[in-house]
Formats: sequence, structure tokens, C-alpha cells
Amino acid sequence: MTTTLSRAITTALHHALESDPSVLVMGQDVGALGGVFRVTDGLQKDFGPERVVDTPIAEAGIVGTAIGLAQRGYRPVCEIQFDGFVYPAFNQITSQLAKIHARTAGRITLPVVIRIPVSGGIGAVEHHSESNEAYFAHTAGLRVVTAATPQDAHWLLRQAIESEDPVVFFEPKCRYWSKGEVADEPDLPLDAARVVRPGTDLTLLTWGSMVETCLAAAAAAEEEGHDLEVVDLRSLSPMDVDALTAAVDRTGRAVVVHEAPTFGGLGGEVAATLAERCFDRLEAPVRRVGGFDVPYPAARLEAHYRPDLDRVLDAVDRTLAY
Amino acid sequence: METTTTYVLLGTDGRLTDDPAARDVTPELCRDLYRDMVLARRVDSEAYHLQRQGELGLWLQSLGQEAAQVGSIRAIRDSDPVFPSYRDHAAALCRGIGPEALLAQWRGVRQSGWDPAEHRFGVYTLVLGAQLLHAVGYAMGVQRDGSDDVVLAYFGDGSSSEGEANEAFNWAATVHAPVVFFCQNNQWAISTPTGRQFGAPLHRRAAGFGLATELVDGNDVLGVHAATRRAVEAVRRGGGPALIEATTYRMAGHSTSDDPTRYRTAAELDHWRARDPVDRLRALLDDRGWADGAFLADLDAEADALGAETRRACRALPDPDPTAMFDHVLPGGSPTVDRQRDAYAAYLASFEDAVEEAR
Ligand SMILES: Cc1ncc(C[n+]2csc(CCOP(=O)(O)OP(=O)(O)O)c2C)c(N)n1
Repeated sequence: MTTTLSRAITTALHHALESDPSVLVMGQDVGALGGVFRVTDGLQKDFGPERVVDTPIAEAGIVGTAIGLAQRGYRPVCEIQFDGFVYPAFNQITSQLAKIHARTAGRITLPVVIRIPVSGGIGAVEHHSESNEAYFAHTAGLRVVTAATPQDAHWLLRQAIESEDPVVFFEPKCRYWSKGEVADEPDLPLDAARVVRPGTDLTLLTWGSMVETCLAAAAAAEEEGHDLEVVDLRSLSPMDVDALTAAVDRTGRAVVVHEAPTFGGLGGEVAATLAERCFDRLEAPVRRVGGFDVPYPAARLEAHYRPDLDRVLDAVDRTLAY
Repeated sequence: METTTTYVLLGTDGRLTDDPAARDVTPELCRDLYRDMVLARRVDSEAYHLQRQGELGLWLQSLGQEAAQVGSIRAIRDSDPVFPSYRDHAAALCRGIGPEALLAQWRGVRQSGWDPAEHRFGVYTLVLGAQLLHAVGYAMGVQRDGSDDVVLAYFGDGSSSEGEANEAFNWAATVHAPVVFFCQNNQWAISTPTGRQFGAPLHRRAAGFGLATELVDGNDVLGVHAATRRAVEAVRRGGGPALIEATTYRMAGHSTSDDPTRYRTAAELDHWRARDPVDRLRALLDDRGWADGAFLADLDAEADALGAETRRACRALPDPDPTAMFDHVLPGGSPTVDRQRDAYAAYLASFEDAVEEAR
């Protein structure tokens, strides 16, 4: 089935609601409106307001009550309206959701999914374009996942909902309207990276909003005679380090590309992992291309802030020339 | 459930009620408030059209809420500090914030438009409810300075559900902060009606926190003005914080990205259109003969000029320099950011060099 990334999420939610009566969808404006991105469009009509719940505007409340519902046997799928509005729920996510399983010596599991539209590229006002995955990946006890294609969006979300673990699920909003195939089966488990383009000269390691940019960069590099591999990490925590190592074993050179600010971003984690695990195989230092270490700028500057094809190729050239 | 009466000074029929505050209503006051509302509506409508033409990225209309904003901000001293939300354009205009400053953020050329100190009017806060705690803290500073400023903080019905909003109410009551929380209850928070936002009316909840409260018809600019004045004066005398809930209606969509037909009816809109705040005051002006032809013609011309200025100022707002994003990250500067600015400037220059070479 060919569909948009946004629709692939809608159908995943629909499937989950249909197949498991304990699944709930909850968030601001997810009902009649279908969410501000229409991702939950039609779900309340099909499953009613008790299962597709319009919540008060209280992010701590959304996640906090989801934790309680999960303890009572439900599987809440929460929607946070935009990346920049998750912070009121930070305590509930990092100190509660992430830790209760360990604190109770495994007695309590919290199968809660938190969906967050993430990253920029849509010309939005402030707080609507942040790439804040590192905060969550830094917190033990959470899975952090992101999808760049309809296939991954659909199946990763279904796997996330089925998982017993709390999952923070990032949806790159600039990709919501992109189209692709969704197969009848998942082709990878929840925590596996995906080689989206094979190549021999250098590996671009990326995720979310930047996968498309890296594929475009690889296509451009091909014209200059460079054969780039592109790997979509998909699962940011836990990270598929074997897939990363295998990639560098193949190509010997890596550039990490993400939209989040570079300093303290997950690119540093990737680079350090590669330095530890395949120092001998590396032909060049692992370079990072990311957002600048400034607050996400006003919309008219976002094209400068976000890594683009040229900035990726610039890093590729330097890495190949090393 | 116990009901609270709504304070009304100018009824929906355009007539003053027999409330004692009617004695303070003067023709000048009515003309001034009318002018503020008409001008604000014009800027709002121009901005809406500018967004439709692609000149603004987004716009959130204040249409229908002019009385709540104008009535309240005109009831405080010009020196009283205001902590707004993001739809408070009519209030901002009353504080001398011009169209250029008002639109910059929505055009996407800056993160905020104006100097808060110059206008005693904070920059817009898009993260719901956060500004209410800032207002309380500012009011605590006012207390420590021994000043008689009163802080006015605007927010919406939806925002009142945030934990931070409730922390602000409680905190203000605890420390007796000189702050007036002003809720524009416009019935909707995007698609969520107030009935799904709170179980008890906000002004009743606020009373539970220990705030002096009042429920006012938010489309009655004279009532809002009188109620706010009363509340502010009580706070200024040391009476402790207050909350005003103004019942109004968001006549437009939540924003230019919204489609309100998905969740509300045309009949509801008609109901509120019949309660339009500008029409209501106009009815009083006409009835009393307080606005003559010259006043109305002047106001029309002024609104047209302001509309033209709004269009001009918006289109003239230049795109920022790419390296502007590296400014003001830390007041003391940051070597990390400086390095990135230099590297990026050099990187951009390398493209220009390449273009030069190709010539
Ligand atoms: C913390 C936070 N959560 C969610 C949002 C997204 N959002 C923007 S406006 C809005 C509705 C606000 O309603 P209300 O406070 O009643 O103000 P109104 O827009 O009606 O003026 C929501 C949910 C936000 N801006 N901040």
C-alpha cells in the first residue's frame, strides 16, 4: 500500500485500537480535530471518546495519567502536540515513566508510547521545530525511536505499542506528507538500524528528518564518483551499535548527520562508539553535521540552521580527503 | 452547582445597566475604547490577509476578543507591567507596539518583536501558562522594591490546565503578590471546549487558591474596564492577587492553520456574532449621540492608514542575516558559538568565491 508517513501512523494507531482493547490514544485535540497534523483523523469517530481522548492542556497530566492507566493494564499512546511542548512532562517521563520499572525491581511495566512530532523544516514559529531526542536518549529506561519512511513509521509504531517498554516515538514533521510503500509485514525489529542505501566509500549515519537529505547527498556524490552508504539508525536508544560498526567495517569512513544541535547531540555518541569499536578500521575521524548550538532560529533562517545537502557534502569531501 | 453572576455594564442590547460604575462612563472613555478596538480589528484583519498572501507564516487572530483586551489594558496604568500570551494584539497595540513589531515574529524574521522594557509589555509566550509564573516573580520584585506597580498577566482558558498556571495562582496567593491574572475565556482551546478543559469554572477554582475573583462579560468593554480597574486598585492597595475571568469568544480559527469547521457549528458562531464587542459599544455611541460623523470619519481614515501601514511594514521587514542566529545566545558570548559563526560565515563565503571563479 502506498501512503503518506502521516497516514501510515494513522493506520498503525487504527490497527492497535482495533486489535487490542487496552490501547488508548490521548492528547490535545486528537479527537474531532484529528490532531493538528491530522494524524489521529477519524480515530475518535471509529473508537469513541473513551478510547481516543481529548485531554486538557497539561502535558505532565497526559504522561502522568498514562502511567497510572498503564499500571491499571491499559496501553496509552500519548500525543504531545509539538516537540517544544514536551518539557512540562519532563519529570513524568524521565523520573517516573523511565524509572518505575527499575525502582519496582521489574514488578511494574509501563507500556506507554509518547508520540512527538519533531524537528523543523515547516516554517513554524518558535518551540515548534526542536530536535530534542538527546534528552530522552540520555535517560535510561526509555526506548527512543524515530521513523523516516511510511514503512518504518507504521511498523515501528505498531512494534512500539506492542512493546512492554516505554517508548518515545519521534515523527519528523517535515516528512509527514512524504509517500512510500507500507508492506504487510515488518521487515526489521524495533531496535534495528536500516541500511537505506548501500555504498562502499563512506557511511552517512543519520535518522529522522535528515535521512532524505543524506540520500540526496549520496545521489549528488555519486555524480562525482563517490559511492556513499546511508544508514538510518531508527532506534536511538538502544542504539544498534553492531550495525554501526559493521558499516564502518565496510567503508572505513563515517559522517553523522542529525538536525539536533551538535553539542551534546547523539552524533557525539555515535562518533565515540565508532572510535571505541573500530578505531583501527577508521580511515578518517568521524565528522558530525548537525544544527548549530543556538536556539532554533526564526523561520526565515531555518534553512541555514538545518543541515542541507551542501553541508553534508562538505563534510563528506573533508572526510574523503582526510 | 452554585452559579456566579457575570458582571455586565454594557448589555448585549447596547444599553448601560444600572450598575453604579455606569456613572463613571464618559463619552471620551467610550470613544477611546471604541477607537482602540476598531484599530486593533483592522490590524488583525490585515495580518490575516497578509498570511493568506504568504507574507506571514502564521497568524492567530484576536478577532472577537478586542473588548477583553482593550478594556483590561486601558484600566491599568501605562507603567504597569504586562505579561501577555500570544493572541493579545489589541492589548499590544494599546501599549504602542506598532504593526512592524507585532508582525515580525509571525513573518519569521525574528523570535520576538519588541523591547519589553520600552513598552512594559513582555514578548509573547507561546508555551502555554509559562508567563504566569514570570508575572508572579516580577510582582515579587515589585513588592521588594516597595513600588505600587500591579502586574497584569494574560492567558487563555486552555492554558489554565497547565500545572504551571496553577502553581502561579497558588504562589501568588501565598506571597500576596501584586498581580492580576486575566483569563480570556474564549470558549475554545484549538478544538477543545472549556467543558473538557475544567470541571469547575476557572474563577471558582481561583477563589479556592485564595485569589480575589470576578467573572465578567468579556465582550463588554466597559464592564471589563470597570472590573479590571476595581481589581487592580484593590491589588494596588495591598489586597493581594486577583483573577478576572472574561467570557468572550474566539471568532476566527485558532490560527491560520486551523479549520474550526471540524469542531464547532455555524450556529454557535452566529450566537457570538450577535454579541460582537465592537458593535455593542457602537450601539451605545449611536444611541447617546456620543460619536459624531467627524469622529467616525476620522476613525475610518485612521484605520485605513493603519491598515496600509501594516501591509507596508510587513512587506518591508527584511530577511535576517544568516549569521543573526548566532547572536545573543549567551549575554557573555560563547566560544563554541563564535567558532560556529566564523566557520559558517566562511562556508557561505566559499560559495560566493566559487560563483566569482565561475564568472
Ligand atoms: C505547553 C504547551 N502545550 C501545547 C501547546 C499547543 N497549543 C498552542 S495554543 C493551544 C490552545 C490554547 O488555548 P487557550 O489557552 O485557551 O488560548 P487561546 O488559543 O484560545 O487564546 C495549544 C494546545 C502550547 N503552545 N504550549
